[in-house]
Amino acid sequence: MPSMENQSLKPSKEQIIYANLLLIGMLAGIVIMTITYTIYVTGLLPSHVDMSLIATNWGKNIHEYQEITQSPHGWGWLYLLGKGDFLNFIGFTLLGTLTIFCYLVLVKGYLREKNWIFLVISVLEIIVLSMAASGLLGSGGH
Amino acid sequence: MLNIRKLPIGRWLFLLMFFVMSCPAIASATEVMVGGAPLKPWWFWPVILFFFCLLLGVLAVMAGVGGGVLYVPLVSGFFPFHLDFVRGIGLMVALAGALAAGPGLLRRNLANLRLALPVALIASTFSIIGAMLGLYLSRLNPNLIQSCLGGTIVGIAFLLLFSKNTEKPVVTKQDAIGLALGLQGVYWDDGARESVEWKTHRTLLGLFMFILIGLLAGMFGLGAGWANVPVLNLLMGVPLKVSVATSKFLLSITDTSAAWIYLNRGCVIPLIAVPSIVGLMLGSIIGVRILAVAKPKFIRYMVITVLLFAGLKALDKGLGLGFLG
Repeated sequence: MPSMENQSLKPSKEQIIYANLLLIGMLAGIVIMTITYTIYVTGLLPSHVDMSLIATNWGKNIHEYQEITQSPHGWGWLYLLGKGDFLNFIGFTLLGTLTIFCYLVLVKGYLREKNWIFLVISVLEIIVLSMAASGLLGSGGH
Repeated sequence: MLNIRKLPIGRWLFLLMFFVMSCPAIASATEVMVGGAPLKPWWFWPVILFFFCLLLGVLAVMAGVGGGVLYVPLVSGFFPFHLDFVRGIGLMVALAGALAAGPGLLRRNLANLRLALPVALIASTFSIIGAMLGLYLSRLNPNLIQSCLGGTIVGIAFLLLFSKNTEKPVVTKQDAIGLALGLQGVYWDDGARESVEWKTHRTLLGLFMFILIGLLAGMFGLGAGWANVPVLNLLMGVPLKVSVATSKFLLSITDTSAAWIYLNRGCVIPLIAVPSIVGLMLGSIIGVRILAVAKPKFIRYMVITVLLFAGLKALDKGLGLGFLG
């Protein structure tokens, strides 16, 4: 009995892989954000929207702001990766997609265990997060 | 000469609180504009925001609340940014904090995956709806969303003040849904030097509550630890340590879905997002170190007071009363 209890006190293999992925991704995200932000504010790369223009318009709502600054919706920033401001989206995207990758590890584990309830829950979560990330929901348009 | 090393920790924390409280004065001073153009250079607010978030991170840890729940009301109340951006960045801040805490909580088996997964699916689905609804309402009538945010923040302040969480709730019989999902576990309590078994009850009601939590988290960009913990602990009977840890981990999933809606809509401006995220994360690391030598109860009450004030300010702004400037 005590050994069974000790066993249940330990996190599962998937939980450890999930934790490791999360840690690596989170650290990478922070480092990338710091580097890209430094490139942005030091002007090493030109920005799509002038910083003074941002400062004069950050008090306006998103619709007015986007009209004035001509900023892209959804994944449109990918076309502007050469611009300092949109380079920062690499870090944001990494933080935003990390959980999806971690869930893939869980799917593999639940499939092996034939734990169908949690397999379905994990797959549904991946679908929900992917839908949110896709930009198909509520990202609007010009 | 004043020896800063000899200042007691309580006085340091009071000075931190004083700085946070003084931000309305700083903010109102810069609201003076000439021909629509701000008087301050573009870098002024991002720099202030970084240090503000650094202190906010320290205070959030001391008060035992998430960064997002402090960030949105305080930054929207005292900084010149529109609520659309504050909500989007607030979610990124809460997400980054949850991602940072997640690995440790999972490794120590305090955050429970089995408990988190079903709850996260519900909360993340409804946080998307909340985010879309929030952006729609903001376009329709910005004052409405401001008032609702104010009301929610006031409610959170009272919830933090009056809710009495239970360390180890007594669950005599597990319900059928909890049993079917296997929502039970064992964790090691370092303080009591014993392993603690737990199981859930009132699971269906708890799962329904996460619909509301998801909606609120997405709509206001608040994170949702303030609501997750009471529902898991008081309603579903999960021990406090597991509730807090699972709630923190849960935010990494719930906030991801809502954050994407704001991110795709363009509500995350890098110029102010990165100082906020990095500032709050560094502040949290410092806060954890200070926590070992400080008495956080006083700070918790002060943070609740600030939260209450920020909520009333948002209500005042939304309803156009003008009592609080």
